[in-house]
Amino acid sequence: MNHILNLFNYWVFVLLLMIGFYAVIARDNLVKKLLGLSIFQAAVFLLFISMGKVSGGTAPIVLDGDWDAIFSNPLPQVLILTAIVVGISTLALGLAIVVRIKEAYGRISDVDAPERRSGPP
Amino acid sequence: MNLVPHLPALQVVLPLLVAPILVLLRDARLCWLAALATSVTGLCIAIAITGQVLDGETLRYAMGGWAEPHGIGLRVDELSTVLLLVVNGASTLALLGGRASLLEQVGEPRQNLLFAAWLLAVAGLSGILVSADAFNIFVFMEISSLASYILIAGGPSRRALPAVFKYLIAGTVGATFYLIGVGMVFMMTGTLNISDMELRLAEVGDTNVIIVAAGFITIGLALKAAVFPLHAWMPNAYAFSPHIVTAFIAACSTKVALYVLLRMDFFVFQKNLVNHEWQFAFVLMPLAAFGILFGSIAAVFEQNIKRALAFSSLAQIGYILLGASLITVAGFNAAVLHLFNHALAKGALFLAVAGIGMRFAHLRLDEVRGAGRRMPWTLTAFAVAGLSLVGIPGTAGFVSKWALILAVLDRGGLGVALLVLIIVSSLLAVVYVGRIVEALWFGEPAGKDQAVREAPPMMLVATWIAVAANLWFGLDASLPGELAGRAAEDFLRHLP
Amino acid sequence: MSSGLLIALALGLPLAGAVLIGLLGRWPNVRETVTLVTALALAVCVWSLVPEVMDGARPVLRVGQMMPGFVIAFEVEPLGTMFAALASGLWIVNSVYSIGYMRGNREANQTRFYACFAIALAATMGVAFAGNLLTLFLCYEALTVSTYPLVSHKGDSATVRSARVYLGILIGASIGLLLPAILWTQHLAGTLDFEVGGILDGRVTGVATGFLLGLYVFGIAKAAIMPVHRWLPAAMVAPTPVSALLHAVAVVKAGVFTVTKVVTYTFGIDFLAGQSHVDWVTPLAAFTILAASAVALAQSNLKRLLAYSTISQLSYIVMAASVLAPMSLTGAAVHMVSHAFGKITLFFAAGAIYVASKKTELYQLHGIGRRMPWTMAAFTLGALSMIGVPPTAGFVSKWYILGGALQAENRIAVFTLVASTALNAAYFLPIIYRAWFRDEQQAPAPEHGEAPWPMVLALTVTAGLTLAFFLFNQPVIELARQLVVM
Repeated sequence: MNHILNLFNYWVFVLLLMIGFYAVIARDNLVKKLLGLSIFQAAVFLLFISMGKVSGGTAPIVLDGDWDAIFSNPLPQVLILTAIVVGISTLALGLAIVVRIKEAYGRISDVDAPERRSGPP
Repeated sequence: MNLVPHLPALQVVLPLLVAPILVLLRDARLCWLAALATSVTGLCIAIAITGQVLDGETLRYAMGGWAEPHGIGLRVDELSTVLLLVVNGASTLALLGGRASLLEQVGEPRQNLLFAAWLLAVAGLSGILVSADAFNIFVFMEISSLASYILIAGGPSRRALPAVFKYLIAGTVGATFYLIGVGMVFMMTGTLNISDMELRLAEVGDTNVIIVAAGFITIGLALKAAVFPLHAWMPNAYAFSPHIVTAFIAACSTKVALYVLLRMDFFVFQKNLVNHEWQFAFVLMPLAAFGILFGSIAAVFEQNIKRALAFSSLAQIGYILLGASLITVAGFNAAVLHLFNHALAKGALFLAVAGIGMRFAHLRLDEVRGAGRRMPWTLTAFAVAGLSLVGIPGTAGFVSKWALILAVLDRGGLGVALLVLIIVSSLLAVVYVGRIVEALWFGEPAGKDQAVREAPPMMLVATWIAVAANLWFGLDASLPGELAGRAAEDFLRHLP
Repeated sequence: MSSGLLIALALGLPLAGAVLIGLLGRWPNVRETVTLVTALALAVCVWSLVPEVMDGARPVLRVGQMMPGFVIAFEVEPLGTMFAALASGLWIVNSVYSIGYMRGNREANQTRFYACFAIALAATMGVAFAGNLLTLFLCYEALTVSTYPLVSHKGDSATVRSARVYLGILIGASIGLLLPAILWTQHLAGTLDFEVGGILDGRVTGVATGFLLGLYVFGIAKAAIMPVHRWLPAAMVAPTPVSALLHAVAVVKAGVFTVTKVVTYTFGIDFLAGQSHVDWVTPLAAFTILAASAVALAQSNLKRLLAYSTISQLSYIVMAASVLAPMSLTGAAVHMVSHAFGKITLFFAAGAIYVASKKTELYQLHGIGRRMPWTMAAFTLGALSMIGVPPTAGFVSKWYILGGALQAENRIAVFTLVASTALNAAYFLPIIYRAWFRDEQQAPAPEHGEAPWPMVLALTVTAGLTLAFFLFNQPVIELARQLVVM
């Protein structure tokens, strides 16, 4: 039991990862796929952020020359800031493509299948 | 100011700076010229870097003067040089020949955005190659991927959109997997610098976390590199993007992902994980073998020329991976050589296809039959590049296949089986290249369109430069041979 | 001129010619002039190498390093000189003939034809002068690839199907069998250089030797040993000049030449003579000779008959080489030349008949000798040479081969020679009889006489060579002896 509680952040990570990944794989609707992708990425962000946290640590700012205070590791947060930007861009681009798909096909799910039957290229 | 020490940084910074400027330019021709000039400069930088690497040691560069491992470092060795040449060379040739084709397929109003995305892709791919930092590699990977999605989505057919969406999902999942792996390694070692990682892993080597991390990284990158069976996104992404974009992307983007795979798996993990070679022997090698077979067979039955070539890429990626997964110097040498040579062959082929695509609306075999009579120069180029893909002696493809077979033969009984596999797939390559060439040259023309004529001169020049490179490096492979040989020796130093 | 430069020219001239032909395609007369000039210049280059080689020199040209340890090198030795001189000399005659044939037939895509022809000749020179097995393989494949457009020249579906067989068998065998054989050799010996006495002595024994030899013999499908002979009849869909020079001389001789080179310089004759699992080559070649002759008997199409005759004649050379006696090896080399003269004459005649009368089948040839006396006279000489009747070239080489077979007391070879001579006579003599002594069943729809003069000129020249070789064969035999003495 303790095992589970101590590794709480990892369980959240795994759960979110799985939820997101499931949506990416199992949903036909392209917007839902993108939502899944976002959850999937957010899970990884949480993994990074939580690993930087040091129990009892404060924000990594030197106050009053107190170099001995326990800091949380700031690096993962910086990294994830970048990763979030990347994630946002991906999401934006993905949504833009979905918009274009909607314009071209008139629907946002099941776009690959009917090509086999008929339709102009 | 002496720019020479800054070349590794310039390689990335230059296209990154020019890209936003292009967005502001309105004139399509000017944009093209600027993009081409940037790409040519990039190629010159890559050549200069190659010269330096050939002269001596690995290039290192500390961004902003902050020393590694705390600062962000750049690092260029033989392996990255090979791919820097490929990326910048492919971009230059595709831009050189591609103006007319891109105008036709993407439309004049969007040229500035197209070329901006193009340069971002070049910057991203080059960034991956010069980075010494696992997280920066992730960022550059995403920059190049996002730019490639935009480029591919520019394709004229509406089917480009679902294809690119699929690619986006696959690419993002792959990159995120990679990020998970890097995060886990970071958790255990506290560093993101690749060289540093390798050293510090020694202390924590055989923990479950690292093993899982290695798995995530390998699978994520395999997804990006379209390793069988994670290749589902690739055929349509290649087939429906603008032809010139295919020539560029097919020559380098999966190869750069493979480069990261090799870099992480061989240079970082191999030394530190006990029984890590199992991953190669029992996972990657069988996958490579299946990929070779599946790709070749699928290419034989594919009617669309671009899709057929995409499946052939799947097989060729298999060759590269097969060479690497032998974990021998000879095998690694063959893999690096094939990275280079396959890029030459595929780049030339897709350039020729772009030439055909300017004259035919659809690239199905039954529609382009007999094109050879009207555009002999383009299709001679296609045929010669096809020979290189098959691995006929005198072309670049033969050199790497030869190296690969010699490497494989060192493995005794398994080697003979792999030899048979390579021979069989080479024969399949004869079939799929042969049937395309046969249809193009000797088929009865399907249409009545008299408009079919030779591709534009610039396109021919670019195609034939690529073909000439195939022949040149087929007869004198000392440059890629030297680089690959040294990369393999370097790899040897990273073995336990 | 230095001999290295001469070798470079011999390889470079036809390639340069091919590019020029491609560029000058719009002006047919200029284009054909380029072909003729290139052919003449090539012959001058090659022939001026001959005296040196006869004096025992072995000029070398190193082109570049293909990859570490593998140099693209060319070395001129007697057999290669003979082959190159033969091919380059006949190219001149054949070019004259081609002009007559292609124009007389109003063929399409003539530029492609002449350009590929020149490339094929460059590849042939490369095969002839190759200094190591890898260079040889490179040029061998180049020859296959460059002749494919020539075979499928006509472009209709039947032709394309045949060309597919052609390419499929040649490339399939070379990648599937020859390449592994070369790799194996490299693995065993660590080198691929041609060395006097071979490079495999002591490195491979027993069954493995036989297996490796088998990979070579079947992998070199251009030598058309049964059962990898099917490409040669398939190649007959090509325009006749292609069949005449390439599929009677350059390509097929490249095959037997490669076999001979592998036997002498890779295995080494002495080494092979001491091995026990290699004695299947002679019976196999003998079988090919007899079987191909028998199949030829059943053919009704003239060019296909000639193709099967070529298959059988090629195996003479392989059989002669496999007898492993000095005299038979001389005979093998001489037969390369004598068969070339005879067979090119026969093909020239077949092409002339086709251009003049559009006839391709044997039963159509009644009385054709009276309409085309020059052509049929040449045909007769060529056929006599195939049978080996004096005073034609065929007699000389058969004499040496027979001598070698008797020297080695190889009963199979002796029997095969006698029996195949009878078979050759059985399929050639009826044609000759029919052409000269039977009456035409009906007059041909458009009246015709001889084919265009360039064709008649060409076939007269080669027929003359067939006769001349009977008397003036000393230089060739001299060169062939050098091969043995080494």
